[in-house]
This record gives sequence, structure tokens and C-alpha cells, in this order.
Amino acid sequence: MVIEPRQSVSILHAGLAPIWAILVSMIICAALINWAGAPVFEAYGLLVKGAFGSAFAIKETLTRSIPLIFTGLAVSVAFRAKFYNIGAEGQLYAGALAATFFGTGLVTMPAPLMIPFLVIVGALAGGALLIVPVLLKTHLKVDEVVTTLLLNFVVLLMVSYLIEGPWKDPMSLGWPQAASIIDEGVLPTLMAKGRLHLGLIIALIMAVLVWLMMRYTVQGYEIRAVGHNAKAAEFSGVRVNRTVIMTAMISGGLAGMAGVSETAGLKGYLTLDLSPGFGYTGIAVAMLAQLNPLAVIPAAVFLSAVYVGSDAMSRAVNIPTYIADVLVGVSVLAVLCSVMFSQYRIRWSK
Amino acid sequence: MDSEPILAFQGVTKRFGTLVANDDISLSLRPGEVLALLGENGAGKTTLMNILFGHYQADEGAVLVDGKELPAGSTLAAIQAGIGMVHQHFTLAENLTVLENITLGTESLLAWRQDIRSSRKKLDAMMQDYGLSVDPDALVSSLSVGERQRVEILKALYRDARILILDEPTAVLTPQEASRLFSTLKSITTRGLAVIFISHKLHEILEISTRVAVLRRGAIVGQLDTADANREQLAQMMVGRTVSRPKLSPIEPGTPVLQIENLTSEGMGATALKQLNLTVYAHQIVGIAGVAGNGQGTLADILSGLNSSFTGSLLINDAAYCTGDPRAIVASGVGRIPEDRHARGMVVDMEIWENLMSEDIRSPAMSKHEILINSKAALRRAEQQIDQFDVRCEGPMAETRLLSGGNMQKLILARALARDPAFILANQPVRGLDEGAIAHVQGQLLEARQRGAAILLISEDLDELMSLTDKMAVMSNGKLSAVFDSQQHSAAEIGLMMASGGHFEATTGQDSGTGELRGH
Repeated sequence: MVIEPRQSVSILHAGLAPIWAILVSMIICAALINWAGAPVFEAYGLLVKGAFGSAFAIKETLTRSIPLIFTGLAVSVAFRAKFYNIGAEGQLYAGALAATFFGTGLVTMPAPLMIPFLVIVGALAGGALLIVPVLLKTHLKVDEVVTTLLLNFVVLLMVSYLIEGPWKDPMSLGWPQAASIIDEGVLPTLMAKGRLHLGLIIALIMAVLVWLMMRYTVQGYEIRAVGHNAKAAEFSGVRVNRTVIMTAMISGGLAGMAGVSETAGLKGYLTLDLSPGFGYTGIAVAMLAQLNPLAVIPAAVFLSAVYVGSDAMSRAVNIPTYIADVLVGVSVLAVLCSVMFSQYRIRWSK
Repeated sequence: MDSEPILAFQGVTKRFGTLVANDDISLSLRPGEVLALLGENGAGKTTLMNILFGHYQADEGAVLVDGKELPAGSTLAAIQAGIGMVHQHFTLAENLTVLENITLGTESLLAWRQDIRSSRKKLDAMMQDYGLSVDPDALVSSLSVGERQRVEILKALYRDARILILDEPTAVLTPQEASRLFSTLKSITTRGLAVIFISHKLHEILEISTRVAVLRRGAIVGQLDTADANREQLAQMMVGRTVSRPKLSPIEPGTPVLQIENLTSEGMGATALKQLNLTVYAHQIVGIAGVAGNGQGTLADILSGLNSSFTGSLLINDAAYCTGDPRAIVASGVGRIPEDRHARGMVVDMEIWENLMSEDIRSPAMSKHEILINSKAALRRAEQQIDQFDVRCEGPMAETRLLSGGNMQKLILARALARDPAFILANQPVRGLDEGAIAHVQGQLLEARQRGAAILLISEDLDELMSLTDKMAVMSNGKLSAVFDSQQHSAAEIGLMMASGGHFEATTGQDSGTGELRGH
């Protein structure tokens, strides 16, 4: 068996890779569902119905996709520059901390000012969390995967300390949660019923902005050049370290916005279960989207649908909700494989 | 030739997609022969040898050793059949001794202990036999390039190779080392071994081979005895048409453009620069000769703005050189052609137009306020440059990785020459290119000289330097010799300087025992 590079990579191959990956992962998970003793087609039917079967389901799926769009964008920008930011989870919480610090009464402004203000401080906090890891990388060549990943736990423990201690809401009946965001800072819901909030619009705008930046600006050009070949970029005059630092700030900022959006949009206050791993799922989103900022949107909606739909499915046919994690995990693996197969082919021979 | 062929290719064909890398190749090799495989880069020489050595499998045809078919796709079978390959890039473990490198892989994994004494005896006998001397206990990391090559040859012979393949063996050698290699090859073939010598250097082939096979576009276009061959005929067979490289026309040098004084770089060893002095004038090409790894890379990095840890003064047009900042260097009128097209020259995963604007993307013409890229202007300019430099591609939006080496080099040239630079640093500008592209690149450099540019040409190819430069200096061990007229010394003399640390003694004269290595 020999693996050979393909002479040319057709757009069809490259573009359809995620679709193939999703199909493959559904087939593999079908075996698991079957093994768990549930009817496969009915289970998938329930999954789709749970995610898109009603107006409520659709709104729920979209609501859940908001933080994934933010973290997916954060990861795709960073990975484009080969800055492997695994810390979107921590940056999300940093954004949530900033929103809580400024949004629970410290600053009061009318809503049209208050909301952008919270989004910006959240983004700054998310970016600030990456300052140390990125400087360690650019100046001392410390692996950012390790530093950003471990910072997640530091931030989570910090959040835990704050909401159990100094920031604990006295009105919370003993629950570990911070005070509520003041009314001016709460992201309004988009429709009368349901939880879908303004965060979706902000997320979509950010996706378009990031796409425009990567494609049409000098900054985006330099990020791509550094990611593809830092030596050649340096040779032609790109300030490589500065570009990596900028990339980290943008990435951390986007992840920080996810924290603001969850705190000020969905929950209204900071808790320790604000994110069930949105930062890590953001990596899956970015990989499914093949780092394309616009493709992050459908990828985030897809993964969110899997999570929301599998809740409904597991209730109805009695399969653990962990099937959602398996489905997501397998589809990301399948994407990575299909990306490889779009560039290489296997030749079987004796 | 009456003996039976030791090796025969029969109708070997290898395709990569639509590209036919080897087209129905039939060749035979007899004991005692040196068969030269001549061809341009991409003609299929290396593919053919990779098939022989089991790295690739042929789509059609067979390889016979001693009349028996060699199992396809097995390197082990090739070694066992007596085929030894000396790669262009050595495959030695630097942290092991010569003896350890040579015996590596020949002993059974299950053996209780190595039988060092008999290995040493065998190696000693081989060195005596073939006149190849290397200290068996020296660490490979302490050896010179020429010595390493000898170790590679010994390694192949130790495995009882009867067919020795040398892939561009002289690329890294001084002329003296090359002539020593040739005498080794002669002593090997008198003992009945056969050698395949891959090269695109005509004078070497005429000197060492007994027979020449010329490859062009994957097919053999001719085979002849070297005794019946001459340079012009081989060149024309190889290229398929007569290509004449451009020649220097005399022109008066202008004002000094690049002035280097007492340039000393930090660091240890041969690549650290030691007290360099050099002036390059307008309308002048100055060549730097030398074996790779003697400081040329350090000098190129400093002049490209990648390295600023040095002392001494660097002036360009009487202004201090903007060291350590490629962007400022480009802005001050320097054009740079880097040594490695893929690693430094181009971001091959990006599109052609994106690479063409990489040096001046922040200029007002290419972007608004250094923020928004002016893609219309960039695309328009890219189209002009593609036209002007005859880059064969689908258009400015094509991916750069799809280009051949020659076309990629034309892009780099287009980018470097875009703003009519006063000083051009050209580091190995034609390495690995085919004749047509070489002529194009050299022609562009000569045009730039005509326009008044000062050009510093770093090359390992003496022929290129002697035909293309006004003045030359030799770099060795981080030191630079005095500048001399390019016509003043023969290749052999320059080779001596390359080997002797840049100190040229007039007493070694034209008729020193080393002999003329290159016809010119």
C-alpha cells in the first residue's frame, strides 16, 4: 500500500470533504446506535427533528451555535497563522469575567452603548489572557498548545473562586453564581418567544468581518503568509512576531466575545457551567470549516444541531447523550482524513 | 564491448498522472564502464535511478541485473543485487564514526555482538584497494564534504556493490576534490565494477565517462561513446535546441553602490564572517565563489536583512544599510534573490499575485493606508510581470506551488527587479533550473547591470561565475579573498583558493599539478 500525492486537487474534492466526513461519521455512529439497541433510522430522525423539527428547536439550535461561531472563528484565525490556540475555553471565561465585572453595576450606560462596551471589554479580556502565552512563544519559543491549554484550568479555578467567594450573588440562595448583568447590558432576544438573542447577529457580523479581514486586508494577508511559510513571510518584509501577536489578540478577542454573549445574552449571570466546552468544540468547528470564517457558520450550526438533537434523541430512544460527543469527534476525525485524501490517494499493490 | 551486461533496463516507463517521467527507457551497463546519464533537471534521471533502487515501481518494463529480473519496489533487493547509491544529499549519521556508519545495517539485529575487528579489516582492505582514505574512527560530523562522499562510496562498496550510482556527485565539491573523486572512480572501474554517473555538467561527463546516454523529457534521445562526443553536440542533444547563454558586454563601472568594510559576524566556525571588505560598483557584477557553507549564507542573510548580529560598516549608495529589516532594505533599493525558492522565496501555498506583491504590499500603490489591499492594481501589475518575465502559468490567480522551478524563479526575479533596485543580491539564482530558464535569468541580471545596477552574485558554479561576472572573490572559511578580474585566473586556480582559505599564492601558477579541470 502506497500513499501518493495527487497531481491536482479538484475543488470538488476539497469542498465536499466535510460533507463526506459527516456522512462517514453518521455511518460509524449508526453502528453504535444499533449496538445500544435503538433503531438507527428512527434515532437519526429524532435527532434531526430535535434540532430542526419545530420553530422552538430551530431557535434552540441557533442559540447554541452562537458561542460556537465565536470560538470557531477564534480558532480558525489562530490556526491560519499556525498559532495553535487551544485556550478558547479560558478566553471565553475571561470575557465572561470582564462582562460580569463591568456589567453588574460598576458602569451604567444606556443599552446602545452598554452592549458594545461589554462586548469590547470582553474581547479585550480574552485577548489579554493570550498575552503571556503569545509572548512566551514569540520570544522564548514556548509551545503555545501547552500554555493556552493549561491556562484554561487556571481561569476556570479563578472563576470558581470568584463566584464562590467575593463575587457571589447574595440573592442567589446559596448557588455559586455572580450577580446578574444589569438590564442595560443584557442582549435583547430577537423574537418574542425563545432564547435566541442579539449574540447571533454579533456573531454573524464577526464572521463576515473576519472573512473580509483575511481576504482583503494587509493584516489578513500577513496572517496567511506567516501561517503558510513564516520564513518566506519574514524574507519579504512581514514582521512575523508582530503578526503572531496580533493574531493571538484577534483570536482571544473573538473567544472573549463568546463569554460576553453567553453571560449577557443567554444566562444573564456568570456560573461555572456557563460553557460545556464551547472552547474545545470551537476547534472542531474550525476544523470542519477548514478554517474558512464563513464556513464556520454552517459548521457551528451543524455541531450545535448534533448536540441539541441528540438531547431529544436520547430522551426518546434511551441512548446516552454522549452519542453527540462521539458523532462530533468522529466527524472531525473524518474531516481530517478526508482533507488528507483530497490531497493524497492510496494505491494498493502487492 | 564483449562482456555481458551487468545491468539492463528494458522498456522502463513511469508515469505520474499525465506526466511521463520515464518513457520506454532501455539501457545497458557493462562491467568496467562509466555510463553518464546526462539531462536537464526534470529530464527523468533521478526517477530512473529511483526505480532501479526500488523507491518507485515502474509502470511498464523491467530491470535486469545479471540477466535476472530485479523485484520491483524493493530497496533491499536492489542492495542485495549489488547496487549501491551515493545520493546527492548524504545519508550519514553525523554522531557516529566512519566505521559505524559503514557497518550500520549490515549486521544482523540478533547478533550477540558486533564483529568490529573483521569489519575494520575489510574496510582497511577496501581503502587500500581503491585508494580511498578516511580515518575509520573519526566522527562523521568532523569530516569535510569530500571525505563524507568517500564514506558514502565506501559504504556502498562495503555492501559488495558492483554497480555504483552517483547522483550529481560533484555539486558540493571543489574542483580538486572532484578530480580526486574521478581518479577513485577510475580505480573502481578497473576492478570490474560499473558506475552510473548522473550529471548535467558536460565537462565532467566528457572527462570521466566511457559512454553517455542523454535523457530529454523522460526519453533517451541518444547514446554514444564518450570518445565520439563533443560538448556542443551533447548540449544540443540535452536541450533539444541550441541555447546560448548570454554573454557579458564590456561596460565602464559607475559609482560605488555597495560598500562593505570590516564586516565580522558573530558566531563560530566556517559560516561566521571574518573582516570582509568588498565594494560593488554600478554597472558591475561581482561574483562570490566558494564551496557551500563557508559563510556565503551568513553574508546573504545580512544583506537580505535577516541577520543583524555583526560589526563593521555596510553602505548602500553612501547611506547606512537598513540591516535586520527586510522591509526597509527593499524600500532602500535592494533587490534580493534568495538561495532557496521554496523555503524563503515564495509562499507556495498562496497565489502568484499575492507573492508578487509581498515585498511592497504596504506601499500606497498596493494598499490603502496599509490596511485594504488594492487587489485590482496588484492583479494588473502581476499580469504585466507575468508577461514581461515570460512566466508560464494559468494567470495571476494560479497557485504558486503549481509552477516549475524555473517559472518560480522568474517570479522571484520579477519581484526583486520590480522597483529597479540599485543593488541586487543574487544567491544561487540558477541552481536547479533548466537551460532555457538559466538563459532567461542570466539575461535579466545582465539587463539590470546594463541599467546601472550593482549585482552581487553568489554561486557554487565556477563556469557560471566566470562567464557572468566582471570581478570575482573567493569565500572560504568565512573569509573573502581580494577581488580579481574574472578572466584573470583559471578554474583550477580558483579551486585552489576555495580549498586554501582564500589565500591565493601566485607561485601555484597555471601549471600546478592539479591540472585544468574545466574547458572554457
